[in-house]
Amino acid sequence: MGEVLLTRRLEGERLELAAAGSWTAAHAGELETLVDGAAADASKAKTVSIDMAGVREFDTFGAWLLERLTRAWSSTGADTSIVGLPQHDRNLLDEMHGVNRQPAKAPAQGNRLVSALASIGQAGAGLGRGFMLFADMLGAVGGAAIRVLARPREFRLTSTVNQLDRVVWKAVPIILLITFLIGGIISQQGIFHFRKFGAELYSVDLVGILVLREIGVLIVAIMVAGRSGSSYTAEIGSMKMREEIDALRTMGFDPVEVLILPRILVLIIALPVLTFLGCMAALYGGGLVAWLYGGISPDIYMSRLTEAISLTHFKVGMLKAPFMGLVIGVVACAEGLRVKGSAESLGLQTTASVVESIFLVIVLDGLFAIFFASIGM
Amino acid sequence: MAQGPVIKVRDLVVGFGDERVLDHLCLDVKEGEILGVVGASGAGKSVLLRTIIGLLPRRQGTIEVLGVDLDKANETERRALERRWGVLFQQGALFSSLTVRENVQFPMRENLVLSQRLMDEMALAKLEMVGLTPDDMNKYPAELSGGMTKRVALARALALDPEIVFLDEPTSGLDPISGGDFDELIRTLQQTLGLTVFMVTHDLESLYTACDRVAVLADGKVVVEGPLETMLECKHPWVQTYFKGKRGSLLADRQMSA
Repeated sequence: MGEVLLTRRLEGERLELAAAGSWTAAHAGELETLVDGAAADASKAKTVSIDMAGVREFDTFGAWLLERLTRAWSSTGADTSIVGLPQHDRNLLDEMHGVNRQPAKAPAQGNRLVSALASIGQAGAGLGRGFMLFADMLGAVGGAAIRVLARPREFRLTSTVNQLDRVVWKAVPIILLITFLIGGIISQQGIFHFRKFGAELYSVDLVGILVLREIGVLIVAIMVAGRSGSSYTAEIGSMKMREEIDALRTMGFDPVEVLILPRILVLIIALPVLTFLGCMAALYGGGLVAWLYGGISPDIYMSRLTEAISLTHFKVGMLKAPFMGLVIGVVACAEGLRVKGSAESLGLQTTASVVESIFLVIVLDGLFAIFFASIGM
Repeated sequence: MAQGPVIKVRDLVVGFGDERVLDHLCLDVKEGEILGVVGASGAGKSVLLRTIIGLLPRRQGTIEVLGVDLDKANETERRALERRWGVLFQQGALFSSLTVRENVQFPMRENLVLSQRLMDEMALAKLEMVGLTPDDMNKYPAELSGGMTKRVALARALALDPEIVFLDEPTSGLDPISGGDFDELIRTLQQTLGLTVFMVTHDLESLYTACDRVAVLADGKVVVEGPLETMLECKHPWVQTYFKGKRGSLLADRQMSA
């Protein structure tokens, strides 16, 4: 190191350069500065000679910089000669002589304002397209379901059972734990605040109604969207990337029937089952906290609970569950099919799948609230 | 540089579970040659390549690359060594979220301090050397054909001007004409850049047009190595069928008459 890679001497109209050391990738940064400095001298010189005899190592980086230098000189009309370059390195230089003749087009960059407006427009159009895709997928799944109903033998039972194991059975521990904790927290908060009015007992009503009607099914739906919806998108997306979906299609199978219908069906089964288990765990957690924190004995908790809640509350929660499963499944599969060739798009669509399905679950819950209120449930 | 072999593999054993893929294998690659490694499917050609570049663990044996023993090298030495070789993976292994230009610039950006202008020019130079046009620069890997993917992957392997290039089935999945072009490309690049090439291949035509020397893998060992004439004289049954089979003899005849 520390070697001077390029020295220059200007004598009248004659510029003499001597190169030395390693003209390689490792020194390319340093070399570029020297070369650009030498190119700037070109205007003062009529003839330029460069002596490469001192160069020990020479690779494409060095060759290109030398080529760049000679191009700069020849554009100003200076007479350039290179001496002392071994034949082997001269071949490399000749190779470089042909490249970079036409500059690469820089990606077009338009007006900022226009591109900002365009991105707003694209986002709007994307929203509309997303909605269409959702409707499309819903229709395709419905069609596939009707076809399978007509020929039940074509139903993918093995795949469905496998998915049931992954989506329901393996999700049970985490769902129980989360809903148990949520039930406990609601109970604790209720007791803490109702105590000011001496109305601790009403916290049991709070836990019962809230859990059965809203929180149980919402928490479970959000958990499932994060846990299974994302994995559906990633699975189907990577199958799309590796042309497995196309392969299915060319063999005469309908990917919706083979891959998507069993998965969505499993979610429609999974949500009510998990919601039921989740509600029970939440009520249990609420009761435990009421007993330990609020001093409400289990007997009182149970009798208060049976007074506070009715079958209607339970039905309201459970009725919503399968629809939420359907929404999560359709969004996850539709986003999976939107994945393009790159790993980045797989990540993007998986994020979109989770965000969209959680959003739609909450919107759906709101619609159901309006619906049940108007029919008096 | 030392006159010894560039890659020196001694007594190499690699296996998965109970299966032994490479069984006490020895192999030398000389400086500035193109070595073709052939063998039946599953003979361990790709395993050998991946073991040499350190992607697979070995049970026994030593590997020396450019005079550095992979066992004795520390982290810095290994990093320095990895900069001196380039690898072309079978499927290209281009980064799918980067454009062609960014893929080729990636090794430069990570290992060197260069101006953006020089990096752009070098990326374009490398891409033109492997036969791509400036219009392809801003494409994403998903938009490329199979042959273009291989070319971009080769340009990326050559990004830092390595001394050794490892090629894993460079012509597989290409039609015979692009395969032939690719062989010639490797040959020309090897001559202008003075590369040592370690090429795993299935393609007889590559062996005839590109390789200086051939090593045949069978039963976990190198059963024969040397120039093509040695192959044709070898008595090993697999070598016989491979080189004297219908396609093999056709190429051999053409080679002789040419």
